[in-house]
Parts: sequence; structure tokens; C-alpha cells
Amino acid sequence: MSVEKPVGIVLVSHSASVAASVAELALGLAGGGPLAPVAGAGGTPGGELGTSSELISAAAARVDRGSGVAILADLGSSVLTVKALLAEGDELPEGTRLLDAPFVEGAVAAVVTSSAGGDLDAVEAAAAEAYSYRKV
Amino acid sequence: MSDQESGGTLDGDFFRRWLTTAGAAVEREADHLTELDSAIGDADHGANLQRGFRAVTAALEKEGPLAPGAVLTLAGRQLISTVGGASGPLYGTLLRRTGKELGDASAVTPARFAEALAAGVAAVAQLGGAKAGDKTMLDALEPAVEVLGTSFAAGAEAARAGALATVPLQARKGRASYLGERSVGHQDPGATSAALLLAALAETSEATG
Repeated sequence: MSVEKPVGIVLVSHSASVAASVAELALGLAGGGPLAPVAGAGGTPGGELGTSSELISAAAARVDRGSGVAILADLGSSVLTVKALLAEGDELPEGTRLLDAPFVEGAVAAVVTSSAGGDLDAVEAAAAEAYSYRKV
Repeated sequence: MSDQESGGTLDGDFFRRWLTTAGAAVEREADHLTELDSAIGDADHGANLQRGFRAVTAALEKEGPLAPGAVLTLAGRQLISTVGGASGPLYGTLLRRTGKELGDASAVTPARFAEALAAGVAAVAQLGGAKAGDKTMLDALEPAVEVLGTSFAAGAEAARAGALATVPLQARKGRASYLGERSVGHQDPGATSAALLLAALAETSEATG
């Protein structure tokens, strides 16, 4: 299950610095070969905490290489805004999917899988699987 | 006599006036909404809705005459893109879905609108995964759409009562749910703003009559 062009990853957080840091962490841990395109969409355009549909749409367009885009979201309005955009139909690239996954662990799994050439199904499965790694 | 009692129909301009009236109510009550939200939420509900409804009013001013469905979908889209908090996608979905239900009819009966709004409320419940009793906007919206077919005034009253009835509830959705029992004793900000929206509808209908 591999694709020629990598699946794009978008990280949606209430905070711009959380989105950027998790992107940096995931890319750092994915290292070694060519990396998947990853973009953060954090906070509002004004730099406050919150969610911006504009930043999400722009980030998704930026990472789209034609193999689909996987979105991870932190909580509350991040999740609801992505779902509302998906329901709009034409706001996000074709083949965009919201993943049901923990934000940090899911992001690492998604970026590693996409960088290794996994398709959108593989990226989704890897990110969702992160829920099963119990810590205690 | 209101449009509804006279069996009249509601055109796009009626829905424009509704949303403008709702925007004015949000301006008037923004501090109150934020105060409610500072007790159990993140203290931005008033400011967020204010930003959203200002965008709705501005967008509607730019457009020429629109059908009822188009007014509502345009407004919903503005709310999704400008609010910045969970109320954006939730109210945005409410209006967009209601607007889509109405299609491109140039005027609709109050009964038809009540049906469409019920579909909008169902879409909100699905989006947020919430149900009545979870201490959310649905506690005002669900009782309102149940009686909206009778009259808009009845819908407004049911929403107001539903919002007040959230006081003793423990939140099970959203930011307030993290507070557990400490969310008890506070009126839900989302149910309160939903009641404002329904009150604006009744007010617009009376002014039209």
C-alpha cells in the first residue's frame, strides 16, 4: 500500500506553537529519508488561541500532493471546524480525511507512515493505532 | 398578527432581518454570554459570537436579494470561518443545514422553516455528538424546534426555559465537561445564546406582522 506522492499531514491545534512544535517533533522522529509534507494550522489568524477554518484550508492546500491529506486535530473547535469544513465539500482538497487519533502520538505515526510511502488508509491506521499504546 | 398566524410566507428578507436582529442581541448580550462562559468555559463565547455575527451582517449587506435558503447558508458559512471557537462550526452547521433543507424556494411557510430548523438541530447534535441534557445549546434548541410549528413565540419561550433548565445540569460535552460537578449551578452559555437566536426570530416575526 504505497503511493508515489506522499500523503499530506495537517496538524490543527488551538495554539500555533503547539501545532508548529508537534510538526517539528513528528518530522524529527520521522527523519532518515524524504519527509512527508506537514503543515500546522494553529490558533487564529490574529495569533490568539482558537481555530481558524482559513488557516486549516490553506495548510491542507499547501501539503496536498494528490495522494490525499490527513488531518489531526487537538480538541473542541479544532475537531468541529474540520468536520464542518469536510461537510462543506469544496473547502478542502479531494481525499482529505480527519483522523481519529491522539494528537502528538498520532502525528508522529502519521508522518512516519506517510514519509515511508504509506497511502491514506495506512496513515490513518497507523495514527489510530496510537490510541492502543497504553502508558500505565 | 404575525405571518405565521395569518398563514403567510417568509421571504429572504425576513431571514436577513432575523439574523440582523440576532446580531444586535448578541452585541447587547455579549458581556453576559462571556460572563456565563467564564464560569464554566474559556470566557470567549460573547466575543466569538460577536465577531461571527458582525461578519454575517457585513456579508448579508454586500449581497443583493437572496432566497431564504441562501441567506441561511451564507450566514452559516461566515460563522464557521470567523468565530474561532466551537460555537462557530456548531451555529454554522445549524444555519447551513437549515438553509440547504430550504433549497432555493423564494419564500417558505413557517411550518416548512420549523421542519428545516429541526433538521439543522439534528445536524448540530450529530456534529458535536451531544444530546439534550448534556448542558449544551441543544438544551435550548431541541425543545424550541419541537414547538416551533405552533408559533415562533412558543419556540422562543421553550428555548428560554431550556436554557434556564441547564443550571442544575452537569456538563457532559465541551470544555465545561472537564469541570465535572463544578459545572452544576451555572447556566450554559451556548444554550443561552441559542435562546437569544430564537427570541430574535419571534421578535422579527412580530415586527413583520
